[in-house]
Amino acid sequence: MYRYIVKRLLLAVPTLVGAAALVFVLMRLIPGDVCVIRLGSGGAHVDPASVEACRQQLGLNNPMIVQFLDFLWSYISLDFGTSMWSGHPVTEEIAARLPVSLQIALMATVIAVLIAIPLGTISALKENTWLDHVVRMVAIAGIATPSFWLGIMSLVLVLDITYLATGKAWMPPIDYVPFWQDPIRNLSIVMLPAITVGYRYSAVTMRMTRSAMLEVLREDYIRTARSKGLLEQIVVNRHALKNALLPVVTLIGIEFAFLIGGLVVTEQVFNLNGIGRLFVQAVQNQDNVLTQALVMLVVVIFVVTNLVVDLLYAWLDPRIRFS
Amino acid sequence: MNLRTGLWTAGLGLAAVIAASSAGAQTPKRGGTLTYMISADASPSFDGHRETTFATVHAVAPYYSVLIRVPPDNPASTTEFVCDLCTEMPKPTDGGKTYTFKIRQDVKWHDGSKLTAKDVLASWNKIVFPPQGITSARVSYYSMVEKIEAPDDATVVFRLKYPSAAFIPALADPFTWIYKKETLDKDPHWYEKNIMGSGPFKFVSYAIGQSIKGVRNPDYYHKGQPYLDAIEGIFAAKQSVRVDALRGDRAAVEFRGMPPSARDELVKEAGKDIVVQDSDWNCGNIITFNQKKKPFDDVRVRRALALAVDQWKGAPALSKIAIVRSVGGIVFPGSPLAATKEELQQMAGYWPDIEKARAEAKRLLKEAGAENLKFELTNRNVDQPYKFVGTWLIGEWKKIGVQVEQKVVPTGPWFQAMRGGTFDVVVDANCQSVVNPALDTGKYLPQKVYPESYGGYDDPKSIELYNKMLYETDPKAQRAAMRVYEKHTLDTMAHSIITPYWYRIVPVRSYVKGWKISPSHYLNQDLANIWLDR
Repeated sequence: MYRYIVKRLLLAVPTLVGAAALVFVLMRLIPGDVCVIRLGSGGAHVDPASVEACRQQLGLNNPMIVQFLDFLWSYISLDFGTSMWSGHPVTEEIAARLPVSLQIALMATVIAVLIAIPLGTISALKENTWLDHVVRMVAIAGIATPSFWLGIMSLVLVLDITYLATGKAWMPPIDYVPFWQDPIRNLSIVMLPAITVGYRYSAVTMRMTRSAMLEVLREDYIRTARSKGLLEQIVVNRHALKNALLPVVTLIGIEFAFLIGGLVVTEQVFNLNGIGRLFVQAVQNQDNVLTQALVMLVVVIFVVTNLVVDLLYAWLDPRIRFS
Repeated sequence: MNLRTGLWTAGLGLAAVIAASSAGAQTPKRGGTLTYMISADASPSFDGHRETTFATVHAVAPYYSVLIRVPPDNPASTTEFVCDLCTEMPKPTDGGKTYTFKIRQDVKWHDGSKLTAKDVLASWNKIVFPPQGITSARVSYYSMVEKIEAPDDATVVFRLKYPSAAFIPALADPFTWIYKKETLDKDPHWYEKNIMGSGPFKFVSYAIGQSIKGVRNPDYYHKGQPYLDAIEGIFAAKQSVRVDALRGDRAAVEFRGMPPSARDELVKEAGKDIVVQDSDWNCGNIITFNQKKKPFDDVRVRRALALAVDQWKGAPALSKIAIVRSVGGIVFPGSPLAATKEELQQMAGYWPDIEKARAEAKRLLKEAGAENLKFELTNRNVDQPYKFVGTWLIGEWKKIGVQVEQKVVPTGPWFQAMRGGTFDVVVDANCQSVVNPALDTGKYLPQKVYPESYGGYDDPKSIELYNKMLYETDPKAQRAAMRVYEKHTLDTMAHSIITPYWYRIVPVRSYVKGWKISPSHYLNQDLANIWLDR
């Protein structure tokens, strides 16, 4: 197993290099640069010498190959550079935002799993009944509804309901505090975004669970288990669900990895200072160093998550062994 | 006591109560925390000398002092400037070339040490004569400054190369914060990532990209201020977040400004809990023609495109949906050097009879051989008001048979298109802080004089007229010279089209008192005179 893990991690290296080269090239194809945006975005007059001095300071006038080699070397030596926009180390920029994104991703995953797996199972067991139709409608609504709209609507709803009930509109706080500093305030901030994201996440997972369960429930060994007189609960939980979970676990893993850097719009709507929002800022500001670092972070997260999912397979299905 | 006496006594008593409560409502109350929104993701750095974004000012200005500023109780004034660190506004000597400022002796840095003229000198040298490797974004504003001196700890002297009416407004620039000399000597980049000033608030903490907090400076030299115990600025780029925050009283104000739709929504939802302040804004979109490309090198084509635009009808219509309102020329409307309506109506693009103007436009296009003109309008990917203005203009030009396609690009490519001259016509911007027409109108000069002029033209006459206006010290004569320069720019040569000036709308929770809106979102942001009536 350890050899398998090491082999998988080594195989990730070409993926990382490829991603690095791609993002390096793409960022430099965009016209303009961070100095022009930073010093001139207000529309006010800017001294061109200042722009040139900024470019010189950030190495933007160096030949492309020099910039690329600097970039590669910085990652090999584990010095990920400083943000071209803020001047803060990239690690500091990311470290300030990763906890928010991680917390939302984890909470959304828990909410999604708690909703999706029971409902997906019930829907499969009660196929073509009214219960199945209701669950499927809820799932389709979750997939079809844009999460940013849901987020905005949820905030408006909270404001309206509190206004009607108390005469004073209330909304959750908008400046994030970590859980260990003030758990109640923290949960009041993250609960709505976690539910918003978790609902959509659960909708996709619900459908996959239902589909996988239906397939497994049609297998011969399930028929055998039932004909042996086993309780339906045991048939479902011990025999059917565990086999049905394999594709569901893959989906949960991919969605979780996506949530870390992909919650751009949700973070904007709820004013959460997360990785997704940082990503958009970095691209808009043409902060090449920060954008490159964020892309690499997301690639690493995907690689690690896929590895964890693969390892979970072995636990779920003892027939799977890693050679 | 008979009935009449009783009623009279009751009336007097009632009058006394009303007078007392009125006096109480006007007296600033001390205490409370002001939470305000900053409509940006984050400030790139904390160094006001280096940055040009309002996000820096809104986040960091409360922690610093400046030498002079617009009056906090009348920030809309375009002619009045008052001392912050100085004791009184000096009269220039030496034929208008020397300004001697006396510095207050009761100012302390937030670390407890004393602020002296040497600190003011060091800060202004960094702004006007930045050392190698140091970025100063507004160096060209001070091209008239020859030397700055501090002969003693209480005196700073600015010596100019020539007298200039633009100097004092430039000195009041809201980014010209005073830094500690000792710190600058050790590390001139220190203020990019750190905050230590002498302003009304002391810096407490900054959560990267999220919020910035400060507390009252108990040693503030303007006695009695600040009234607030603390301030917190929260960064939020998305408008819906800021609107909801105001509605839900998670924040009391957002100082940059909101579009009419957000104002209407807040007023509707929050009613008397919201008051709205509004003002003309010293910002505007300018249509710049690439005169290196045909047919925009032909003044007849440029004049035609200017004549086609109905500013007088368009401005009030646009003001309902966009942050624009006032029709103006190259000078901020309402300032002493600005053109009157009658003066504007003499120039192309401002004729009162739009049908006559459009007929003339068509005639000019025919004469220039550009009857079926088609071109691309490059615009910045920002809704308010860029895209609204661009879409409106396309509609106006269609009325003279000109077909225009709008190409919307992000900020970086927009800048690159202008700098690289790879556009036909572009929606440019001219956004200034202190109303300083002598400097603000430099935007319309040829690029060899003003690098941020993107029209690609050479016009020695324009430079001559501008300089005549710039060096004129008599206000009446300067105004006359400005009219000549403006007519040459907008009418004779039609180098640019000035679209309606932006309009600043700032909804505020009704308990916020003391703050007054100004023509610029950069001005009046030290928050020292704000108090909370609750």
